[in-house]
This record gives sequence, structure tokens and C-alpha cells, in this order.
Amino acid sequence: MAIDTQVGEELKRKMTCIVCPTGCQLEVQRDGDGKLSITGFQCRRGEAYAENEILNPRRVLTTTVKIRNASLPLLPVRTTEAIPKELLAEAMQVLAQVEVTAPVKTGDVILANILDTGIDVIASRDMKRVEGVA
Amino acid sequence: MGEKTHYDVIVIGGGVVGTAVLRTLSRYQLKAALLEKHAEVGWGATKANSGIVHAGFHNKPGSWMAKLCVAGNQMYDQLCDELDVPFLRNGLMMVARTQEEEEILQQFYQQGLANGVPGMEILDGDAARRLEPNLAEEITLVLRASTGGIVAPFELAAAMAENAAANGADVYTEVEVAGISHGDDGFTITSKDGGTWKATYIVNSAGLFSDDLARMCGLDVPSLIPRKGEEYILDQRVGNLVRHTIFPVPTPKSKGILVIPTAEGNLMIGPTALEMPYKDELSTTAEGLDEILSFTQRLVPKISRRDIIASFAGIRSGSPTGDFIFETSHEGKAVHLLGIESPGLTAAPAIAEHAAEMLAEGGLSLIEKPDFNPRRPKVIRFKQLSDEEKEEVIKENPLYAHVVCRCETITEGEIVDAVRRGARTVDGVKFRTRAGMGRCQGGFCTPYVVKILARELGVSPLEITKRGKGSELLTAEAKSFLKGGETNA
Amino acid sequence: MLNTHYTDVAIIGGGPAGLAAALAARRAGAEHVTVLERNHELGGILQQCIHNGFGLHRFKEELTGPEYAYRFIPQVEADPKIHVYLNTMVLSLSPEKEMTAVHPVHGLINLKAKSVILAMGCRERTRGALSIPGTRPAGVYTAGTAQRFVNMDGFMPGKRVVILGSGDIGLIMARRFTMEGAKVEAVVEIMPYPAGLARNIAQCLEDFDIPLYLNSTVTKIHGKDRVEGVTISQVDDNWCPIPGTERYIPCDTLLLSVGLIPENELSQEAEVPLDPRTGGPIVDESRETLVSGIFACGNVLHVHDLVDYVSEEAEIAGEAAARYALKQTADGVVNGKNGMGGQFTIKPGDGIRYVLPQRVTQGAEVDLYMRVTQPMDAITLSLSGVTLARKRQVRPSEMLKIKLKAQHWDSLLEDGKAQGRELCLAAEPRL
Repeated sequence: MAIDTQVGEELKRKMTCIVCPTGCQLEVQRDGDGKLSITGFQCRRGEAYAENEILNPRRVLTTTVKIRNASLPLLPVRTTEAIPKELLAEAMQVLAQVEVTAPVKTGDVILANILDTGIDVIASRDMKRVEGVA
Repeated sequence: MGEKTHYDVIVIGGGVVGTAVLRTLSRYQLKAALLEKHAEVGWGATKANSGIVHAGFHNKPGSWMAKLCVAGNQMYDQLCDELDVPFLRNGLMMVARTQEEEEILQQFYQQGLANGVPGMEILDGDAARRLEPNLAEEITLVLRASTGGIVAPFELAAAMAENAAANGADVYTEVEVAGISHGDDGFTITSKDGGTWKATYIVNSAGLFSDDLARMCGLDVPSLIPRKGEEYILDQRVGNLVRHTIFPVPTPKSKGILVIPTAEGNLMIGPTALEMPYKDELSTTAEGLDEILSFTQRLVPKISRRDIIASFAGIRSGSPTGDFIFETSHEGKAVHLLGIESPGLTAAPAIAEHAAEMLAEGGLSLIEKPDFNPRRPKVIRFKQLSDEEKEEVIKENPLYAHVVCRCETITEGEIVDAVRRGARTVDGVKFRTRAGMGRCQGGFCTPYVVKILARELGVSPLEITKRGKGSELLTAEAKSFLKGGETNA
Repeated sequence: MLNTHYTDVAIIGGGPAGLAAALAARRAGAEHVTVLERNHELGGILQQCIHNGFGLHRFKEELTGPEYAYRFIPQVEADPKIHVYLNTMVLSLSPEKEMTAVHPVHGLINLKAKSVILAMGCRERTRGALSIPGTRPAGVYTAGTAQRFVNMDGFMPGKRVVILGSGDIGLIMARRFTMEGAKVEAVVEIMPYPAGLARNIAQCLEDFDIPLYLNSTVTKIHGKDRVEGVTISQVDDNWCPIPGTERYIPCDTLLLSVGLIPENELSQEAEVPLDPRTGGPIVDESRETLVSGIFACGNVLHVHDLVDYVSEEAEIAGEAAARYALKQTADGVVNGKNGMGGQFTIKPGDGIRYVLPQRVTQGAEVDLYMRVTQPMDAITLSLSGVTLARKRQVRPSEMLKIKLKAQHWDSLLEDGKAQGRELCLAAEPRL
């Protein structure tokens, strides 16, 4: 559970680390000067995650876009890196308008620099061209 | 919506009785049609019927029930052979556990003799357990009737409608009758969505709603008693716990809670018998399940809650007189079949003959068609074929090599065939082919069945329903909630 | 009569387990490997799991399901000695390792293998198995079926969703539905703790403020033709609904994420004995079942939390199945002992739901996989009194992996703790 206790600039937050399946329970404390102290992590990535969650929470977006001339109507895609969490909904709106045509290879850039994040959206699987399919 | 044809006979209600009547009428040189309010025939009480073909010892001598049950039972071999519907004379057993029950059981034996039921015998508990080793130890006396059987009730109704249609009858689904009037040009039937149908004769086989229809025709009939029954299906793994259908000694209201092998090789337990104030309350309940389990475990102790894979409920039209009710109105031009509760399935083919006789008494001329074809094209059931036959059908049609439903081994070929025979919905495919009836209950195959139905019917998957209008499976195309609208993300 | 084809190693299922097993069998020297896949493409369920989080252990990267599958598929397709049959359903399997399969072009295929690897995966538990009272309207789906509709077929099954069960697929679908513009009203879990991974609770529910109701269940489904709502109730310690706690939630869709069941119908046909705790075959450390030459791996064996472990397990099975096949002479006799042995039985004791493998060979250094019965803060895992490991924060949703080492065997054998050749694995809470 992400539980916040905030007094002025001081903040205490409990959260579950999502970096790996271990799911460590982290605790972050921000003192009055903005300094963070983090406990509960079992690896450095967990420590970095906790810091980011306070300063700049980000998530990898995985979704689909429409595809023509393929055996399926949808192509799975993802962002190459995590994008700011508050942009997820807008990114979904943008990607809902995108339509590509098969063939597509895993890693092909589907949409470059989404919402000016500098991060690309790439195909996460191959999709062969199938003739006779709209 | 409406129909220009003036029919000789319109049958209202496409349950097992209505479809039997329609098929019987399709033997004759006349124009007949069926109106069914659901998306497919056989979807009222028929679909939820236990599938037992009764021997005929349950009913009072001289009653319609006794007469038509024994007569109907004997028609089943030929009927199911002609229509290629699974039917098995597995025999049935009524079991007694106490001296009091033994006495009642003996009375049923005598009643069966009076009704002319062939193939009955009385066995002691041990002799019965030699035939059925999983019967409870406490069972002391058994009435066994070898003519008892099991049939797939929905398949039977669907097959009769299909065969009738092949012989020139028309079948209209999703037509709910709102009014019936009679004038110089015969009957005018109006449907809820504004369609009209015309006919010289009508047959009211509207099951639970046949009392409402009879009243539309001016008859003063007592109200039918809606009686809900819940049933539970067990995994095929335990399908051979018993071979016979096992009955307890009955109560005045119902034949009791039974253990029923189905024509498809599952065991079914139920039904409950709960009188209902409504005709459309079809929910299953935790109490119903507990009641069924505690009763049936007394018959066959190995039955376990763990093996339940599906549940359903149906409403039967309890007869206020305790017997089938046959009425006419409009000088014999309207025939009403009411209160067709158990043994209605067994009696259905005989009821259909009786209905035709009633129509004839009302003046309908019944002249046999020289080209009536009683046979329905055989249904390919891939799983049941030998290896050589499998090879053969795949060569003919490779769709039979695509197994869509893994649990029941149902192929795309069978699903396409079902659609061509009249299936319009996912449940229609399920009840005709068994796709989605197995352990995973459609988890794997539903997306494929939806796709195949859409393709075969030439519509969008969004239009495919579980069981008719209002039960669409899919709400929208992907991304449509995002375009221009708000997201919840 | 049907022509019979011969192969060294036949693998039933081309999902993550089948793919890794095929490559491992080839590396171990099998000359003819056959993969039988019922779908039109390899990859199994991974193809519809478009979210990321796969492969952290194995590839040190966060891959999506399809990307994880594509780490294996091109290698399998490129190997001329791996014969892949797509759109192929295995209809029967005998203990003699003969099977019949059906293929749209080849028709019926009769295949005889020297060894067989079961890699059929699992299926989702359904409503029937749970008997939720109420009507049977459209709009009740298992989470995996909904996942297929949303991610592959391109349709939204509904707009207002309640999810029963907090399994990982359900949690992932809560996020997917929300991202696609639907509203997820609640996730309802009968247990006092979530069934899915903690990270999925965080990133799929908390990120979107989706409420999770623990100690609760759906007690009624409403709606005649289409779901119109559900009643949820709190449950007592015996999982019985508490009267008076009912709450009605309007929705048009109910998703079920109430567990997975290994799909072992074929295994049973081949007379492979199953462990009632895992729902999968009883195996030794080489993943050989009690039927000689039939191996099993992946979710058909036990339901895994991570695909990384599936691959690892499949490689063990693939290698062992290859070795088994190579030992076999033309007339079907295996030289030397059958499989690996596995004369010791490991039984789950206090705090352990299951442990795998269920049989081990004396002295073998093997990884034991297990799940605990309930969440615990700190535990000591011991085998018949010999301490194997200590763990913090264990939950039933996570599979634990512990190495059984030579030194453990020494203690077990020295002290005579392994009497009767039955070992007992227990999780004891530490204060």
C-alpha cells in the first residue's frame, strides 16, 4: 500500500517496489530540507525506484495499436523506457489513433518520441503480412 | 416485421412439444409455421429439462400423463434414429431406504403394471448394487424399469424443428406473441415488436405461458404453477458413477431429486422443486445446491461438491390439475396444450400426434405428403468417430481438423454445421455441439466460437449474443472507449 | 490404417515450457524433436500477455510476453531437427508414448516417441466450479478470456467491470481495462491477502485507485440477459458470507481470476499419477513422471508465478528427456535404469502447500520449488529437521526456490532423519 503521512514538507511514504516480483515493502522519508532516506529495499534498483516514486514516478506503457493486413487486428506495443506516470492516459489516447500495416518486426518503432518524452513506442512482436485480410 | 403467407397452422412456442407438433404437421400437405420468442427453439423449459425418458409408472392409470408417457416412450427409438439425436435406454431405478418407502415403491410397481409399462422388475438392495455398485448401502429395495432412457432434450427440439423446416415448415425465432384475434380470415397473431402472422388454425404450446395464451383466446383456464428446478452438472470424470437414472421415492409435488446420467456422458444432479411467484426467475441458489447434494449423496454417496462443473435452473409449468390439459377454442380451430410438465418430454411425440388429431377434429385436413423425409442429415460428432472415419471427414473438410473446444474435442467443422442447421447464438452452438460445455466452460473456445458465428452469419462479432438480443458478448471495438471520450486511466 | 511417425522427443505444447524444452533437448543431443502445438503460432499464452515484467531473472530485462516468447521462437524455427506442427491437437496419449494428433493438412497423425514431454499448460478455474448463485447472463468471463478479446481479437467485453479473485491475470486485466477506457469498480478477494504478486497490487490497482476488497466474495450475479450488477459480501473465517454485509455494485462484466488448474487430461490418459496438491504429475528431479519416459514441465506440472522458472524447469525436462531417448535402443528397451530414480519422497509439512519435485534421488543437489500456505514474515525452511534456508516475507503468491545441497544430504543421512525414505519439508515461523 502506498500510504502517505505528510506534515509540511516532511513526508513519510510506504510503498511496494514494482521493479521485480519480490515486491519489497519500501519506506521513504523526506525531511524538511527535501532529503530522502529510504529503507526496506533488498537491492539498489529498489532504492532508485523509491526515489523516483517521490520525485518523478514513471511507468512502462504496454498496450496495442491497430494493424492492417495481419492475422490479428491488434499489434502489442510498449514504450522503450518508462514514461511519466501522469502521461499514461494521454499516451493511450494518442496510440488509439495509430494504425500500422503488416509486416512488422519486434522492435520496429511504431511511434517515435511519444508526447515529446524522447521515448519511442515499439512493436513487441513480429506480425506477418496476410493477404486478403483488411 | 410481418409475414405475407397465410398459414394453415401456426404453432406458438418452440419447446419440445411445439417442435414435435410442427414436425408432425410437416408430414402433411399443409403450410405450417412455428413462432418462438427466444433466439432459438428449445430454450424454455426444454433446455433445462433433465432429459429423462420415463417408463410410465409414476402416473395414475387412466391419466393423459400415463397414457401418453407410455406411448411416447415407445416412439423414441424410431424418432431419435430418424433425427440422429443421442438416445440411450439406460434404464431407471426407483430406490427405497425404509420400510415405508418400500411400501410406496411397491405401489408404483403395481401402478406401472396397470399402465402397461413393460420391462419392470423389483430387486433387493444387493441385487441392485450388483448392477449399480455405487448405490448407497442403506438402499433396500429397487424398482427397475429397463425402458427408461435419456435423451438430449434441446438437441431433440432443435432436430425436430430442423427436420420440419426441411419438410417445408417455417420457423421464426425472437417472435414473442402479444395478441391473438380471430375474424373471417382466421387468426391474426401480433408479435411484441409489431409483426403479424395469419393462420387458419393455431396450436398453443407456449409451455409456462400457455395459460396466458389460452386466455387471449377467451378460455377460462386455471393458472399454471411455475416451479423452479436447479440442476448441477458433474465432471465427465465421474460420469460413470451410475448408469441408470436413480430416483428416490417421490413426494406429492415432484419426482424428487435424482441422479441422472446425461446423453453426453456427464452426471446431472437435481432438480429442486420450488414454486415460484414469477415465470422468469432462473437463478441458482446456495440453498438449492446444498439441498441437492444432501439428497443425492443419500442415493449415491460418492457424489461430491468438488466435481460440479456447471449449474442451471429451469422453470417447469406445473399443472394445476396434476394432469396434462388439452383444450380447444374457436370451434376447434385453436388447440391448447397446457400443463405439460413431467413426463412431458417423454410424452411429446405422442402429444404431437394427439394435437394433430384434435386439429383434424376441428376440420383440418391431414393428407400425407408423398415426399416427407423423416430423416435429418447425420450430425458428424468428431470425437465419436473411428480413426479411419476421422481421416475421411478431414479429407472432405479440413475444418474438422481444427479442434476449437479442447475439453469436449469439438471441431470448427461441427460448429459451422451447427450454424448451418440453425444455431444463431453462442449458447445455441454450445447446446448443439457441446463446445464450451466442458471443464473450462468456454474459457478457451468462446472467442473462437464468436468469430466463427460472426463469419458464418456475415455479421460483426459485436452482434453475436449468448442467447438472443440483449445478451451481446462484446460491448465495443478495441480503442472505441478512448476515441474522443474520457478515460478512467 | 494410419502411418506411424517416429521421433526421439515429442513435446506436447509449444508455449514457454515446450519451447525451452525443445531447445534443451536438442542441446542434450536429441536428433529428432517434435513439437505439437494446438494454436496457429508458437508462444502459447505469452502472446496475449502483452504487459511487461517477464524475463527479469533470466534475461535481466523486463520483457513483454511476446518478447519473451521471441527469445525462443526463432531458435526453434531455425533448427531443422525440431519439427513443429502448428494447429495440431493431440487427441490421445498412451503410457507407451504413442499419440494421435489431428492436423488440418496431414489429417490424423500417429506419432511414437522415445520420450514425451508434457507441456500443455493450464486453464482457468470457472464459475461453475465455484457455483456462484444467480442468473447466467452474458458478461461473465475468466480473466484470460477477456485478455484474449482485449489484446488479440480487438474487442472490449464490457465497460464497467468487477473482478472476482486477485490472481495476477485479473490484476493485469484491471489495469488493461482501465487503460482502454473502461471502469473497474472493484477487485474482490475471498482470502485475507491478495492472490497475486505484491507488485501487481501496486502497479495495477493502486496506480489507478481501484479498490481491493479482501475477505469478500461475489454472492450473487444480477441481470437476465447481460450482467447488470453483482452483490458482494464479506466472509467469515470459514469463507461463509456474513449476512448484512451485502453490497450491490452495478457493472456489465464480471471477470473471474480465481486460480489456474494444470491441464492434465492427456497425462491421465497416459496413466500418469498426479499430485492432488499441485494438480500436476508427481515427478523426480529430472521432471520425469511415474510413467517411465514421460516428463512434464511448466504450468501442466504446477502453476508458476514467473515464466523464468518455467523455462528453467523446461530445460531440466528437455535435457532429461533427450538423455532418456538416447539411451533407448531401436526395440524400445532403455539401457540402464529408467530415468533418474527418485527413491526419496518429499512431503509438504507445516506451512507448505506443495513442494516439487515430489521425488528425489539420494544425494542429488536439486532446486526445490515450493509455495507456503499463508503469508509469513520470517520462516525457517527445514527438511526432516535439517535447516535448508531462512526467508523473509513469504507469500503463497510467490514460488520459493531452495537448493538441496550435499551438506543437507549428509545431515539427513548421518542422523538417520531420512528414515523410511520419506522427507518432510516444513516452514516454521521465526520470532
